[in-house]
Amino acid sequence: MKQIILFTITAILAFGFMESNEIITVKGSDTMVILAQRWAEEYMRKHPETTIQITGGGSGTGISALINGTTDICNSSRPMKQSEKEKLKQRYNTLGVEIKTAKDGLAVYVHESNPVKELSLEQIKNIYTGKITNWKQLGGNDAKIILYSRENNSGTYVYFKDNVLDGDDFAPNAQNMPGTAAVVNAIAKDKNGIGYGGAAYAKGIKFLKIKKDANSIAYEPTTENVKSGDYPISRYLYLYTRSRPTGALKEFIDWILSIEGQAIVTKVGYFPVR
Amino acid sequence: MKNQLGRNRKNLLHKKFRWSEFLAEKLITLTAFISFVFIVLIFIFVFREAAPIFSSEEKKVSLIQAGEVQETYGDVEENNSPITSNQTSALETSGSEGDASLSNLTGTEWQPVSEVPKYGLLPLILGSLKVTLIAIFLAAPIAILAALFTAMFAPRWAKELLKPAIEILAGFPSVVIGFFALIVLATFVQNLFGFEYRLNAFVGGLAMSLAVIPIVFTISEDALTAVPKHLSEASLALGATKWQTALFVVLPAATPGIFAAILLGIGRAFGETMIVLMATGNAAIFSTQIVEPVRTMSATIGAEMAEVVFGETHYNVLFLIGALLFLFTFTLNAIAEIFIRQRLMKKFSGN
Repeated sequence: MKQIILFTITAILAFGFMESNEIITVKGSDTMVILAQRWAEEYMRKHPETTIQITGGGSGTGISALINGTTDICNSSRPMKQSEKEKLKQRYNTLGVEIKTAKDGLAVYVHESNPVKELSLEQIKNIYTGKITNWKQLGGNDAKIILYSRENNSGTYVYFKDNVLDGDDFAPNAQNMPGTAAVVNAIAKDKNGIGYGGAAYAKGIKFLKIKKDANSIAYEPTTENVKSGDYPISRYLYLYTRSRPTGALKEFIDWILSIEGQAIVTKVGYFPVR
Repeated sequence: MKNQLGRNRKNLLHKKFRWSEFLAEKLITLTAFISFVFIVLIFIFVFREAAPIFSSEEKKVSLIQAGEVQETYGDVEENNSPITSNQTSALETSGSEGDASLSNLTGTEWQPVSEVPKYGLLPLILGSLKVTLIAIFLAAPIAILAALFTAMFAPRWAKELLKPAIEILAGFPSVVIGFFALIVLATFVQNLFGFEYRLNAFVGGLAMSLAVIPIVFTISEDALTAVPKHLSEASLALGATKWQTALFVVLPAATPGIFAAILLGIGRAFGETMIVLMATGNAAIFSTQIVEPVRTMSATIGAEMAEVVFGETHYNVLFLIGALLFLFTFTLNAIAEIFIRQRLMKKFSGN
């Protein structure tokens, strides 16, 4: 009995001391989860007084959480929508603060054994809107193209829809997968599949070379090509906060934008902005 | 002396008031009442959140003044690559949340994130029906035959082993079943039948039947064992074989119970989320093909609820789907209850 009481008191005291710790919660894009995790690990090693909690869920989820006040920082792989800014304005009278932290090339992948090597943006658009349905039309095998897409809470989904499909709707038979890893897995098991996602994720499947239009050169999503802008599908990865960061939050964000933070961007497989 | 004895006797006959008993009784009543209140409140909440769809749409006034721009931090110079996400998205310029008129809701397209959002519920309803029907057609015969075997033919030790074993399967986490279907079952089925799509309604239904079998089995088995012994004894005494007795006497007598079991199985399959979310491919196609990917109502809520901005049309439509699911399972359970209570009881009381 005595021991239990002693233990309880110690636990309460420990909690009391932990309170003095700064806790930063980060939520959002699945694409950025690994990156954010590395940032947090490295930063917490250097600043033990700060605790950083990272969760994924998708860019839309993160922005919703920012609006609902359940997270301090939101990771997003797409810029905020007008309607989301409205909600922020309505609740906090700010438009939020946008921080560009990294650049990402969006890769289009197929199964290793697929003979198709390169596609133009136009062709990808036609595939995903359902106008091209057979690999034969693209110089591949005579087989139906199986489309893999992301859930519509994903920033990758919105980015792909706005910039590759020019805002057109995905074909209804595009299968919505719950994460980039799920897309990669599905394609590794599906000879006739095609999918898209962050270049950093892809392991064990084939990247397609992408050309801007039928007559230009096709580029692979490599560091140089994304950085130089030759690779046609690239995007920024953002952090959002409700108001201009201060205190521990500011320190963390400044560190992300420092040489150290940006080195981690390269290590994870994305492209630094500085 | 005599008087005292009489008083003692009186005390024995009259129940003594005990506080503990009184409190326990009231506590149990309160708990039952609270759970009832919770159900009603959830019901009201779901319908209240879905309601704005039907109210007239008011014009939204933008709070953001012209020229007000979002702040940026840690200035990063723009890199002029051909397309980056800096260009205004089509969604942003139109800023429409879409209307949820009846014609839009009864459409055949589910594209909630779009320039013109389309909230057609038909592919989702059809998807749910497809998966449910496949699941129940696969599960019901297996479960009912298994129940018949356990109730009528199995030796005592087998019965004591089988029933708990299958009932444990009912408590199997659906995520695990879904994951198994996604990784193992889908590949196996595709290799076996050569389906075009690896993840489709059939795989989802097959995985779902694993979750449905235990429910149908348990309730059917209970119904079969509840058939009065004198019925089967009479049949056997008249010279019928054990098999004839089981099939033509006991099974028909238990029909209402088995029917209720199937209805509850359908209810489970209809509301199940995790298995279909993982194993059906999640594409809202409006077709009756069973080897194409489908998106069910429950999976749509599961996948999209976390993302929507509270109070948007999309959010309300998801709650409308929830309300529809609620109504459907509520009706099924009510019918099942009526069948068990009224029909079965009437039958056995001999009226």
